[in-house]
This record gives sequence, structure tokens and C-alpha cells, in this order.
Amino acid sequence: MSAGSESGVAASQRPPVAPAVHYVLRYADTCLVHAQRLGEWCGHAPVLEEDIALANLALDLLGQARSLLTRAGEIEGHGRDENRLAYWRDEHEFFNLTLAELPLRRPSGQAAGGDFADTVVRNLLLSCWLHEAWRGLQSSCDDDLAAIAAKAVKESRYHREHAAGWVVRLGDGSDESHRRMAAALDRAWPYTAEMFARDTVEAVAEAGGLGPARDTLRTAWLAAVRPVLAEATLAMPEETPFVSTGSAGVHSEHLGYLLAEMQVLQRRHPGGRW
Amino acid sequence: MIAGATVVDRAWAVLRTVPDPELPTVSLCDLGIVRDVLSHADGGVEVVITPTYSGCPATSVIEGSVHDALQAAGIAIARVTTRRAPAWSSDWISETGRRALHEAGIVPPGPAATAAEQPIRLHRRIDALACPLCGSPRTERLSAFGATPCKALHRCLACREPFEAFKAI
Repeated sequence: MSAGSESGVAASQRPPVAPAVHYVLRYADTCLVHAQRLGEWCGHAPVLEEDIALANLALDLLGQARSLLTRAGEIEGHGRDENRLAYWRDEHEFFNLTLAELPLRRPSGQAAGGDFADTVVRNLLLSCWLHEAWRGLQSSCDDDLAAIAAKAVKESRYHREHAAGWVVRLGDGSDESHRRMAAALDRAWPYTAEMFARDTVEAVAEAGGLGPARDTLRTAWLAAVRPVLAEATLAMPEETPFVSTGSAGVHSEHLGYLLAEMQVLQRRHPGGRW
Repeated sequence: MIAGATVVDRAWAVLRTVPDPELPTVSLCDLGIVRDVLSHADGGVEVVITPTYSGCPATSVIEGSVHDALQAAGIAIARVTTRRAPAWSSDWISETGRRALHEAGIVPPGPAATAAEQPIRLHRRIDALACPLCGSPRTERLSAFGATPCKALHRCLACREPFEAFKAI
């Protein structure tokens, strides 16, 4: 199914978003959805320190998402604020990487996302990617975006370190933890192609000086990820032809459920505050 | 209050007494969160703050504390504005702030990383801090994330007590 064949009322009434807004929403939504997934661990992580750490990571990501959503709404100029954008868009209007929306904390270790290793691996892949994106966005022609990135890059430095520590600890751990980390890496890896897929949205942002086209992040990302995997005694998986399409608004079956939980309160009680 | 002090001086004096909501022994000024106080033509002051972390839940509480403190001191407040750039750095914490952190059992931050990009530091290569309770250098970091976004969790291998350290950022 392509994004164009979606038949939702909201989609048909609203003109497609401008490339600049789409570009900012890719990062905003990736942070928001990743924060929501990590937040699911709150009160459930394997050890207390990690429970606190995952909630802290989610909090940073949520703060970054809020700033970016606010800025995306301002660039768009249709009066949509952070809340409008977070709570009142449907699935196909979200532009996060598919990797960020895949389930974590499944009840069974057999299901994809059911292993803590999936959380550990995802944190490394995404934090390294966001870190390179923030570095590039610091020189955005949009002053607000550059300031948001300059703040976020300091935070993602800690996120990378934290994720890398776990990848090494479990990858270079027991035979069992190594096996599970390798399996989680194999599951996540096909979704990394999307992180570097060039399209019109990226090309327009690059040409206008709004931010780097994401294909240019790949060299630095690999340079960060490769030594961590090596230290963890994990082999880097082979590339596959699969490219996920969340950042074009075409998602896995999992995002809808995540949004339903995240949005239900605002949709049931519009404008509700506490 | 010194006679003839301007409203801006008076506002600074008040703000130096406003505690951070999550680190109540340190004032907002000593943490480097209050960046500027400007006087407006209508007699009100504008307070410029820079939040510590993107997702710091204390940010809105801080705005409220600033409002309340200035109002209680009879200073008309025009508004509290947030300035994002340059991003807040733990290097902005004053000497007074560092002493207060130390006295609260929180190790003050070392110098923040320079803008130059560094490779990922793995857990085992992180320098051990001196224990704020017994002074032993035999400590280890348990997690870079503690009870608030700005603090990391450590423990002392000599006295076996856990302690917190303010993160350099």
C-alpha cells in the first residue's frame, strides 16, 4: 500500500505537508515514538538502575520531540502546536523511522521485541543515528532547529555511551547473552537501511540548508557503531534489499496500537489538562 | 536592600535565593539557569532562563518559582522567556553552586566535553570519582542516569555507599 492510497478523511482534507515540515517531523516523530516505546519499560525493566535509565532516555527524547514538534508547527504556519501534532495526527501522518515503532516488552521472549536485547540493540542503533543527525542539524539555517540540535547533541552523547555499555556487556557476556544479542541485531539491522535512504524530502532539506540529507550520516554512524559491535564480539549483519518506509508515512502494523494508547486521553477529552 | 538599587539588581538579588526544584540546596542563579534580567519600559522585568535538559520536567516549575519569588518581593514581572542558544552547560555552575552540591553529597561536574567530537567512551574506561563520603578513589559508575536527568549513579567500593554525581554536559 502506498501513502497515496490511504483513504482517511483527515488525509483527504489536508494538503500534503511541505518538505521542510516533513523533514523536521521525521526527527520529531522518531524521538516521540522511541520515547513512547522506552517509556513502556517504566516500572518493568530487568534491574532498577536500568528502569531509571530508560525512563531518563525517554524523557530526553520526549523533550527533544516537543521542541521539534513545536518548530515543525511554526514552519508549517497552520497553527498546529506540539499537542495538536502529537495527539491529533493519524498513523500515515507520522514520519518516524519504522525501527522506532517496532514493539518492545512483548510478553514472550520468542516474539520480536520480546527480548531485552532488542531494546539494547535499538538504543545503540538509534542513539548513534540521532547523534549524527544532531551534529549535522547544529548548522541548520533555521536558528531554532540549530539550537534544539546543539542541546540534543549533548544528551545523545550520554545515550550512545549508555547503549554501547549494554551492547558490550551482553554481547561479550555469557554464551546465552551473546546468542540473544546476535539474534536481536539480526532482527533490527534490516530496518537501518531506512536511516540512510535518500529521497526528495532529504534532498530539499539539504539544498535549502535546513539540515543534512540522511544518507550523508552513514559513514559517521558506521564509524560509531562498528567498534562497539567489535568490542561486543558481535558480527555486523549483511545488508538486505529491504527498506522500511515509516518516514514516508507508511508504517508497520504496530504504530496504530502505540498511537491509540498515546492519544486516547486527548481524543476522548479534547484539550484536557492536568 | 541597598538604597538606589535598580529593579534589575533587586530582581537578581531575589533570584539568587530561589532554589532549583530538584536540587533545593542550589539556587537557579548558581546553576546557571537564569541567564539575564532585563528591565522593560513599563517597569516590569523579563527573566531569561536556559533549561538544563530538553526534557527536564522541572522547567515549568522553575518558571513558576521565578514568578512567585519576584511577585512576593513586589517586583513587577513582564515575562519569563526561554533562551535555547547557547545550550546550557554544567560549566555554568558557579563556585558557590559547586560547594553546595558537594555539601549535599553530590559530586560536582568536571569540565564539559568540548565541541570536538569524541569516540564513544565505554563504561570501563570512565574515570572513577573520589567518594564524597569517605574520599576513597575506589569508586565506580553504576549508571549515567540517576534520579534526575542531570545526575549519574555511582558507588564507593571502599565504604560501600552509593552516591550521585552531577553530569558534565
